[in-house]
Amino acid sequence: MSQPLPLKRQGEHHPDDGASPIKPSRLKIALSSEDSDKKNANKRLKDVEICVPIVYGTTAFYLGRKASESQSHKWTVYVRGASNEDLGAVIKRVVFQLHPSFNNPTRVVESPPFELSECGWGEFEIAITLHFHSDVCDKQLDLYHHLKLYPEEESGPQSTKKPVVVESYDEIVFPEPSEGFLARVQNHPAVVVPRLPAGLNLPSPVPIETGNGKERGDTKDHPLTQWFLNFSEADELLKLAAARQQVQAHIVKLRRQLSLVEGMPQLSKPPSTYES
Amino acid sequence: MDAKDILGLPKNSFPALEKKSRPHKESHRKPDGISREVYALTGGVPPLMPSLDSSQLKKKPPSHEKITWQWLPFTNSARKDNLQLYHWVRVVNGVPPTGDYSFAKYNKSVDVVKYTDEEYDKYLTDPMWTKEETNQLFDLCQRFDLRFIIIADRFPSSRTVEELKDRYYSVSRAILIARASSTGDVATHPLVKEPYNVSQEIERKRALSMVLSQTRQQERRDEEVLVEAKRIAELRTPAKAVEESQLAPSNAGAEVTGRAVPGETASPSNAQLPSITFPDNASTLASLRILRVYLRTYALDQMVQATSSSAGPRTVKRIEQTLLDLGVNLKPRVPTKAVCAEHLELRKEMLTLLNLQKQVQYKEAEGSPFRDGSYNEAPGTPKDWTFIPDTMNFGGERVSKKDQKRKGHGHPSSSAHKRPRKKASEF
Repeated sequence: MSQPLPLKRQGEHHPDDGASPIKPSRLKIALSSEDSDKKNANKRLKDVEICVPIVYGTTAFYLGRKASESQSHKWTVYVRGASNEDLGAVIKRVVFQLHPSFNNPTRVVESPPFELSECGWGEFEIAITLHFHSDVCDKQLDLYHHLKLYPEEESGPQSTKKPVVVESYDEIVFPEPSEGFLARVQNHPAVVVPRLPAGLNLPSPVPIETGNGKERGDTKDHPLTQWFLNFSEADELLKLAAARQQVQAHIVKLRRQLSLVEGMPQLSKPPSTYES
Repeated sequence: MDAKDILGLPKNSFPALEKKSRPHKESHRKPDGISREVYALTGGVPPLMPSLDSSQLKKKPPSHEKITWQWLPFTNSARKDNLQLYHWVRVVNGVPPTGDYSFAKYNKSVDVVKYTDEEYDKYLTDPMWTKEETNQLFDLCQRFDLRFIIIADRFPSSRTVEELKDRYYSVSRAILIARASSTGDVATHPLVKEPYNVSQEIERKRALSMVLSQTRQQERRDEEVLVEAKRIAELRTPAKAVEESQLAPSNAGAEVTGRAVPGETASPSNAQLPSITFPDNASTLASLRILRVYLRTYALDQMVQATSSSAGPRTVKRIEQTLLDLGVNLKPRVPTKAVCAEHLELRKEMLTLLNLQKQVQYKEAEGSPFRDGSYNEAPGTPKDWTFIPDTMNFGGERVSKKDQKRKGHGHPSSSAHKRPRKKASEF
């Protein structure tokens, strides 16, 4: 039995379906309005790279006494900001493609938090498609995640209190954002914007249409927040730096060795080879 | 008596066989004209390229004419003075050759227009140029055949090459138009059709010198931009025409390749791109930018593929093994921009390290291939590796150990066998 789908308000306009292959609005659209901001909003900035760190994955609870053969676990698949910020400014909607054995396996989530909960018994791959707002990007982005219900260690009966959590960290990169998009998310907590070049005049931001503005889109105080994993780049950076140091030291040593070997005179070969 | 008589077959072999044997025999016969030993010097076989038939070298066609060579005077129509020089002339039957000096026809010069004073006053006055200067310019042009660099050098007042050219071409053009009976006559003349454009020329030369003096960085960036532009062009033309028909199958195809590389965009125009490996970073970056949106992990994957495309699969395996030994995830757990950059650099450094290792091994193998102890010593001095955990010896120690056991065991590992085999072949 599927939960009532968290289908929030269906937007009336879908100017870009994501599926319709519209040519990217690279050219300035000839607008009748004299508002130069609107024209500039579509201009693309070449040297600015906007990055949105996200975490996506699943959390699965064993249902314990309430479990049945066909429904042993209750799981939630989601896409959240890496620091639990609201992704609604960037992502317009997320489509979760479930296993065909589910009713309506294509589930659309129209507003943040972009998550979907279901009950089931099997593990399968979930296809997550991110659709962005029209001023962000008209191409969609696909993610794939394997739903894990059973914990690694077969340590006795499963707990109903502790879920099996599998999350992946990634970053959505927009290499050439439009000025409108940049203006809108410059100071948004979910978006990483680099130092902007001096003298850059951005148009005034045009707020996008959101769903119910009252419901919070971030996941900071979400029922599942306590289970979210921490992703800190510090550890990884340390490991990488240490590895690089080691490798570099070896390289130096080998280079020295190489120069020594090259400087050495050729050792004489035994005469036996010349005798036929 | 003869078997062939009994059978009734002709005595000689068939004509076809005869013909076959003849060309076969001919190649073994030495050619006439040169002695056997000389022919043997060339290897005893006829040269690949058709050369002079050696029989022709000795014999010359007997001429029916009487040829003498005479020391005769001649004049050159290309000279303005009437200098008379002498040279050897081939006289046939007492008749010396007629005609001008054979090299006179190479004395070409450019037709530089000559204007009269009235023409100058009527058509050719210019605020930037005095009559005297223009006269000087044209004189130099005549003398130096329109070699403007020399003309610019010799010109009394300092004028740039472009200015001189501009003056010359505009004067010539004006004269041409003025002298033509009707505009239609000269309309096809190149001077009239395409007048000299000073600003364009200056710009063109400046651009050329810029390209010449570009640093490597700029070259790479330009390359990147051009590659990107090309791809955009390619994307735009076929994408439109093919989009409709390819929508269904390419989406399925994109999904199949997409599974292995999560985060790939599914739209059709991108379906063909992601599986291509690029030879260098510039084009990888360019292609990433075209995607408009991509995942950091995908970008890292592409860059890693680009760098390891130059290395073989075995090297890639070794790099991956080393990464694991050093405690580094093959795919970073937290792929931020900084982490991905470091990861990429680490892989590149490992590749460098492996290449250096190979170099050292080859050099040492060159130096001492015949020593008895070489099997044990050659794979780098094992002592150097001792402070590293055993697993990070890049196969050096493993090779030497297996060398000792080589005769006893047949180890399946191919990397261990490669070098001993190489040595064996040197004997």
